[in-house]
Amino acid sequence: MTPMQAAARQRRMLLTGNHAAAYGALLAKPQVIPVYPITPQTPVLEKLLELAEAGELTGEMITVESEHSGMAACISASLAGARVFTATASQGIALMHEMLHFAAGARTPVVMVNVNRTLASPWGFWADQTDSLSQRDTGWMQFYCESGQEALDTVLQAYRVAESVLLPAMVVIEAMYISHTLEPVEVPEAALVAGFLPPFEPTLRLDPGQPRSVGGVTTPAQWRQNRLAMQEAMTLALGAVAEAGRLYGELTGRAYGATESYRTEDAEVVLVAAGGMAGTAREAVDRLRQAGIAAGLLRLRLFRPFPGAEIAEGLAGAARVAVVDRNCSVGSGGIFCQEVRAALSSLGQGAVPVLSYIAGLGGVNVPPERMMRIVTDALGRDGMSAGPIQAEEL
Amino acid sequence: MERFLSGHSSCPGCAVALAVRFVLRAVPDDAVVVVAPSCIGPMMGPVPLSSVTVPVFHTAFETSAAAASGLARAYRARGEQATVVCLAGDGGTFDIGLQALSGAAERNEDFVYVCFDNEAYQNTGNQKSSATPWGARTASTPGGKRTRKKELMEIIAAHRIPFAATASPAHPEDLMGKVRRAGALRGTRFLLVTCPCVPGWGIGDEASLRILRLGVESRAVPLYEIEDGTRYRITHEPAGIPVAEYLRPQARFAHLAEADIAAIQAEVDWRWEGLVERAGRRVAGGAPIGEESRA
Repeated sequence: MTPMQAAARQRRMLLTGNHAAAYGALLAKPQVIPVYPITPQTPVLEKLLELAEAGELTGEMITVESEHSGMAACISASLAGARVFTATASQGIALMHEMLHFAAGARTPVVMVNVNRTLASPWGFWADQTDSLSQRDTGWMQFYCESGQEALDTVLQAYRVAESVLLPAMVVIEAMYISHTLEPVEVPEAALVAGFLPPFEPTLRLDPGQPRSVGGVTTPAQWRQNRLAMQEAMTLALGAVAEAGRLYGELTGRAYGATESYRTEDAEVVLVAAGGMAGTAREAVDRLRQAGIAAGLLRLRLFRPFPGAEIAEGLAGAARVAVVDRNCSVGSGGIFCQEVRAALSSLGQGAVPVLSYIAGLGGVNVPPERMMRIVTDALGRDGMSAGPIQAEEL
Repeated sequence: MERFLSGHSSCPGCAVALAVRFVLRAVPDDAVVVVAPSCIGPMMGPVPLSSVTVPVFHTAFETSAAAASGLARAYRARGEQATVVCLAGDGGTFDIGLQALSGAAERNEDFVYVCFDNEAYQNTGNQKSSATPWGARTASTPGGKRTRKKELMEIIAAHRIPFAATASPAHPEDLMGKVRRAGALRGTRFLLVTCPCVPGWGIGDEASLRILRLGVESRAVPLYEIEDGTRYRITHEPAGIPVAEYLRPQARFAHLAEADIAAIQAEVDWRWEGLVERAGRRVAGGAPIGEESRA
């Protein structure tokens, strides 16, 4: 399809990140949608209920009594053979934690949007990645989106990947910066999506006509087998994410990968960032380049499965790597940085100096100038730091 | 139709196993079962085996009603016929699962929820639940429980769901009749089935049904049903024997003094009076139990 043809099959709408995510869900035609309100996710739920009221969304909406129940309903509905969608944030995803493990262990391809928001205590309502990153060991795939457009596009890709490898997928956008920001968004027509995302028809399911049990008591060896199969599925997902991103690009003109390298070829310092802050980093890279500083950006779009080899390849030529985390694993530091360092180390690139910067915790604004200061700071160091560097103090 | 097969893993003389057998015999052919951690979980069979001829989904402890909501909606979305049936214990219903059950009942989700009440967390070795009656010794109330049993049926009735009933595996025709009736209705339907636990209650392998009958005849375990949360109907007229006859054979009540037994008797009488009042008839000499008692 030519770019002109692709454009003709999409409608440009002015949408918030939340509403873009809801339109992504609408296009995926979920059959069961358990939802529970939480700031700043609530507009996703409200838009879906509005679309259901108008008859545009035909799935079963369940306004559940808690996020925990919501995820429980997602899992059982998925096992019955329904395509399932939900959305949450912050305390909601924390409350779901038990069921997130359950969803992955039961191999249900649930797709969920999570709006990155601070976790109490104290209360806060702004962007912070710790809510989703602290779910990293649950067996969910995690995609970090830079814009509302990407949220819509990624919801559709997430279904395709999740249903091919039978693991749940989380599509993550940051509170307020993406969830509540209006942007022009290209919304593909239903027929365009239908070719990309066929209806969900699992080969095994809870079928009233075919008695089979799901999730009973196992032996240690059976449990181990299940866990190893999940690990294998994550490996397969790396390929599936790449394929889905490429095919989606052919249909819509917007291709995606697990990572995105921006002006990294000859970069002396490469910023590594995920989510909305990656957009700020890109702007900073452009301004630094104008000032004659060789900066680049490696954006992490996929966090689980972790695209370690792709990241190592992207960072191979860098003299300095500066990972910017809007999260803090208390007692250690930035979570993305830990993962990047581990990947480089395990792939024999441990010599690449990786500096850890924590920026924008709790929703503190990170302007391009802050990103530029991070690059300047990284250039001025020998590549070492005793602990994570607080970007706000630079 | 027999849907619960022999060779399962319950204790000898288990009343829950018998009750599950009766319940599954009476559910519609298109039943899909949800089981949360409880004695029923292992009874359904370890992977890859199954003791039942219906599909079973083993969900997390507090999620029976939420999982049932998701299943029922999924079948409806797919245009398939299915009767979703929860088989849960008292801990998973009175305690940790109550929020999900209340939420589903408020939405009038379409499933049959059966709680097998053996009055404690028996699967983990007899710790008290909020279904444990006053005075009963459990592993977590070694001196005897000092609070009342939660009045779950009143909580359920307050949701005004289409059908709720109490039942007993010692009264199989009554039990299966209620299951059939529930199976033919739509919306949230609830059954509370009292089931003695051989080790937990400290009774003999052969004693479950005999002791349960004493419970029913003493009015400690009344059998009734509630339509739309308001129309009560007593379905078995108890003889009204002293509650001591029900309590004394159980080791969990062996430490109780006469005054304790008298207090329990007073509570049983008070609860029975309340039930009779709701059912719109007097204890003795009133109108016969039947349709006319329905408001």
